[in-house]
Amino acid sequence: MSEVAENAGRLDVAAPAIELIGISKAFGSVQANKDISMTVAKGAIHGIVGENGAGKSTLMSILYGFYKADSGSVKINGVPTVINDSHDAIAAGIGMVHQHFMLVDNFTVLENVVLGAEEGATLGPSLRKARKELKRLADEYELDVDPDALIEDISVGFQQRVEILKALYRQAEILILDEPTGVLTPDEADHLFRILRNLKEQGKTIVIITHKLREIMDVTDSVSVMRRGEMTKTIATSSTSPEDLAEAMVGRRVLLEVNKSPAQVGETVMEIVNLSVTDAHGVKRLKNVSFELKRGEILGIAGVSGNGQSELLEVISGIGAAQSGEVRMQGEAIDISPKANAGMRRARGIGHVPEDRHQRGLVMPFMTWENTAFGYHNEPEYSKGFGLANQKYMMQDAREKMERFDIRPPIPQLIASSFSGGNQQKIVLAREIERNPDVLLIGQPTRGVDIGAIEFIHQQIINLRDAGKAILLVSVELDEIQALSDRILVMFDGVIQGERLPENTNEGELGLLMAGVDPEAKA
Amino acid sequence: MNKNLPKWVDLGLIPLLTLMLAFAVSGLVVLSIGQNPIEVVKVMIQGAFNPFGIGHTLYFTTNFIFTGLAVAVAFHARLFNIGGEGQAGLAGVGVALVMLSYDWPHWSIALIVGTVAAMAFGAAWAAIPAYLQAKRGSHIVITTIMFNLIAGALIGYLLVGPMQAEGSLPESAKFPSAASLPTMYDMLGWFGIGFDKYAPVNISFFLALIAAFLVWVLIWKTRLGYEMRAFGHSEKAAVYAGISPLKITMIAMLVSGALSGMMAVNTVQGEAERLLLGAVEGAGFIGIAVALMGRSHPVGVVLAAFLFGILTQGGAELQFTLGIPAQMITVIQALIIMFTGSLENMVRIPLEKIFLNAGKRGRA
Amino acid sequence: MLDFLTNDLLQLSDSAVRFAIPLLLACLAGLYSERAGIFDIGLEGKMLVAAFAGGAFSAFAGMSVADGGWGMGGWAVWVGLGAAIFASIMLSMIHAFASITLRGNQLISGVAINFFAAGITVLVGQYWFKMGGQTPQLRGGQRFEPITLPFAEALRDVPVIGSIYYDLISGHNIIVYLGFLIVALTWWILFRTRFGLRMRAVGENPGAVDTAGISVVKLRYSALIITGILCGLAGAYLSLGTAAAGFGKDMTAGRGFIALAALIFAKWKPIPAMWATLLFGMLEAIGSKYQTLDLGIIVLPGQFMQALPYILTVVILAGFVGKAIPPKAGGEPYIKER
Repeated sequence: MSEVAENAGRLDVAAPAIELIGISKAFGSVQANKDISMTVAKGAIHGIVGENGAGKSTLMSILYGFYKADSGSVKINGVPTVINDSHDAIAAGIGMVHQHFMLVDNFTVLENVVLGAEEGATLGPSLRKARKELKRLADEYELDVDPDALIEDISVGFQQRVEILKALYRQAEILILDEPTGVLTPDEADHLFRILRNLKEQGKTIVIITHKLREIMDVTDSVSVMRRGEMTKTIATSSTSPEDLAEAMVGRRVLLEVNKSPAQVGETVMEIVNLSVTDAHGVKRLKNVSFELKRGEILGIAGVSGNGQSELLEVISGIGAAQSGEVRMQGEAIDISPKANAGMRRARGIGHVPEDRHQRGLVMPFMTWENTAFGYHNEPEYSKGFGLANQKYMMQDAREKMERFDIRPPIPQLIASSFSGGNQQKIVLAREIERNPDVLLIGQPTRGVDIGAIEFIHQQIINLRDAGKAILLVSVELDEIQALSDRILVMFDGVIQGERLPENTNEGELGLLMAGVDPEAKA
Repeated sequence: MNKNLPKWVDLGLIPLLTLMLAFAVSGLVVLSIGQNPIEVVKVMIQGAFNPFGIGHTLYFTTNFIFTGLAVAVAFHARLFNIGGEGQAGLAGVGVALVMLSYDWPHWSIALIVGTVAAMAFGAAWAAIPAYLQAKRGSHIVITTIMFNLIAGALIGYLLVGPMQAEGSLPESAKFPSAASLPTMYDMLGWFGIGFDKYAPVNISFFLALIAAFLVWVLIWKTRLGYEMRAFGHSEKAAVYAGISPLKITMIAMLVSGALSGMMAVNTVQGEAERLLLGAVEGAGFIGIAVALMGRSHPVGVVLAAFLFGILTQGGAELQFTLGIPAQMITVIQALIIMFTGSLENMVRIPLEKIFLNAGKRGRA
Repeated sequence: MLDFLTNDLLQLSDSAVRFAIPLLLACLAGLYSERAGIFDIGLEGKMLVAAFAGGAFSAFAGMSVADGGWGMGGWAVWVGLGAAIFASIMLSMIHAFASITLRGNQLISGVAINFFAAGITVLVGQYWFKMGGQTPQLRGGQRFEPITLPFAEALRDVPVIGSIYYDLISGHNIIVYLGFLIVALTWWILFRTRFGLRMRAVGENPGAVDTAGISVVKLRYSALIITGILCGLAGAYLSLGTAAAGFGKDMTAGRGFIALAALIFAKWKPIPAMWATLLFGMLEAIGSKYQTLDLGIIVLPGQFMQALPYILTVVILAGFVGKAIPPKAGGEPYIKER
């Protein structure tokens, strides 16, 4: 008798926390999810890996009610559950931390936590209750945040905690995190994983979406791999390897290493001297940054995003201005006042592959032949008399660039937004590299780019280096920095926190530098 | 613009359907004020195309080509210039000043001088909102509206003060007749073709067509137009490419203001031959509807301007024959802006679904 | 000097309040809309249609049955007010449908609504009344009458305070008092209620609201209904509560745009909105009191005085009085699917 009851109880407990059955979703003509089924056991940490655009975020957004599936069903704790919107998901005990945080910047932490979970029409009682609850949660899970701080004033690491707190405040039993470590230092990421393990011990179920295989290996119990909208594999983490996962992601063996010969470093091309930048809000973004860039080297700048790398690229590329300091090109100071513009830099032989190709590097509704001349459109070869553009040449030039950089489909009349992320990035690279610049600034070269294109792009960067050009590479992907750079600078809070040679350092040391700690000073 | 729709749907079918919707609702408005829509259409078409009417229709068309191009050029740089009314008004002052300052010996010289003055004054009146937008971030829509109102007050002051001709009417002196622009009657007369002698349509009509061609060259063939379009799509990208937002904002608005201003060549110099109060008569605003309907493309603008020419002249006939106020046209104009502008997705979204499904079936 | 203070300044302040009220109501209307993330340059049109509907329906309701009216006596003005609010809400819902449901261009929608209002009021007005687009002169129960506050008569002769109370504070119609009440109410709603929190959030980051399980669409529609109500009040005030006593063609005269400038000036906050609109009201009061202004050195013509609020609007927009940061999600439709 008691045994039966126990069994029944066990059966109930054994019901998976999440069961997705035959989920499909199309955006216009793109099939983002194809007939996906997945099960996650209660109290497990489950990882979902896949390339950009594999459909991971879409799948989880469906679970969270942010998107509606075209077909398929969901069971939560064994109970069929219809999730039409996030309200239903929250009611079913699901919480989600989106890749781009869903916080109101000019609200306090407390207001953000309360938003949508208010009790009654006036705010007072809800705020008081939430303040107490936050205190309790902070103590329980190492989730300290000042409840009265404005979101815009706290770091992304803290913002992420607010997102987790929001979910816990709504009594989520299932927590989904989309690319949670993209904005964190390795140290902060470790802290996050501690929190997650802690939550797991309390019986919560956790799903992590990531493209970083190491994290999967470190923290998850089981893992699913997605490729082109399909789920190709689900396996216990202990019985797989990063290589296997990578192969399952891409569908073929992948080189995780980059092949390159030792750098033939030449003379200094560019010197940055005591460069300082203060933004419109009066915040110092760059503080007395100095370094040199030499011919034939790739100088990598590591750091968590938002630590001054973007401002550095902006000043050197002529998009932004600096308040003090100097940028010298071949010994000659260049104008870094607000009067400067990006055109002047191009004239000095400085090319720029910007961090954000959607907003900066390309004009999305422009056709490829218009984009392949963008920024150089006033050069003589693209010009005719009377201010006219030489469209015939622009077209021919685009065709050649598309062929050399294997941009598919090779049709110059297609608009930029109709290409995949990788091909879009190749359009930008083709344009900048083919101008043969003395210095090429590259920001996040492989963000949102599929693995196949990553190899190609890395090879192009190395070829340019081998041709004796100087390359300044900014990336938040530590792997990429380590693989490509001949020399690494780490930025933290607008300061060069340290310089290392890739062969003499490791991820741990770089991670500490990225968090503002100098390991040598400590020792 | 849209990956899912063929070009003919995007540029042809959608504008046509939205236009039909706007007309359908206009028909309901006509019914609600106790008139018969079919009768109204008859009267309008008759009024717009009879031998007397066509000369007026083309005269109005000329105005709307100028103001429509003005709005369209600004649109390409993602600037919403609602100030056509004030810019054209001030241009009228400019035309009046140069016409009254000297006895221009021949119409051809007067045409050039008048056009330059109109463009300069129209551009100048657009320059301040443009500068404030580029440098101070003031909302150009509101500032250009304010500049319309300020222009109204200024012109009102000039016409009862410094520029008022003798007599009590708020208008300037008549321009010397040697500078009169040739009308369509005159021009067709050169080839022995007959036309209504009193029709206001004049040589400015051809000036408008030339302007449309030049705008096409500017936007689609020159590097400046390329920069304007790039800026219009993404200011950040423009800055990355070394394009100055200040320069593009100023140039786009100056060109836009100059085009609005050229309307004064048609109305003030070509027709009234003096500066009157309220010379623009809402044509600056109609330019918005014309540009939206014409998809900011010069060919579309010319066609849409012709449509509005018909509506305006037909509307005048409505007032005359059926006693329907001229505001009927304002309502139709509003409905066209609404349906082709803000409510366009009402037609676009269903069409996208249809073509998506058709595409899927085609592939399957 | 004392004479100036007690007479001219009081009189000016009194008419400043009268001029400010429609601006204030429109400004608050814009506040709800823009705080919720929807640009509304169609305030002008909504006010205009409300003024017309108010004037027309109050005229019908107040006319005796024998004259073809509804013979509603003292209730007429309330019928007018109801019609004004209803008409304004209808236009606001068109804007909502275009900008929220169809994710259309909010600027264009606003512009269209303004033109529609300018046309339809004259068109229908001419059809109904045959008076060139005007409505008949409103009298008695067809208008909002001034209210004399308690003790105003008794305190009238008390120096300074008495005349301030009698001349400035007392003697306005109900919409004026309602306007100031709505300022306080708006502050409370915005900063002390659940609805206010959500509305502020949806104007800053609709994604945050959506993922918190709240409908962005419902929230924005609710805000625009309030915008409609307030524009309705503003318009009703123009035709039913001022000396105009009826609707006249284009009677809003750019007030909807000035209200927007005031909103920016007030940084989207209710109490500063009150001060900003009172400032504009004062300018208008000066302009109407002194047809030409003799400054000793130069005489400013009437047209200049008339254009003064427009010029001030431009100056404010140019940010010469402090930089304003609008709600972040303003003007952009919320698109969650790619």
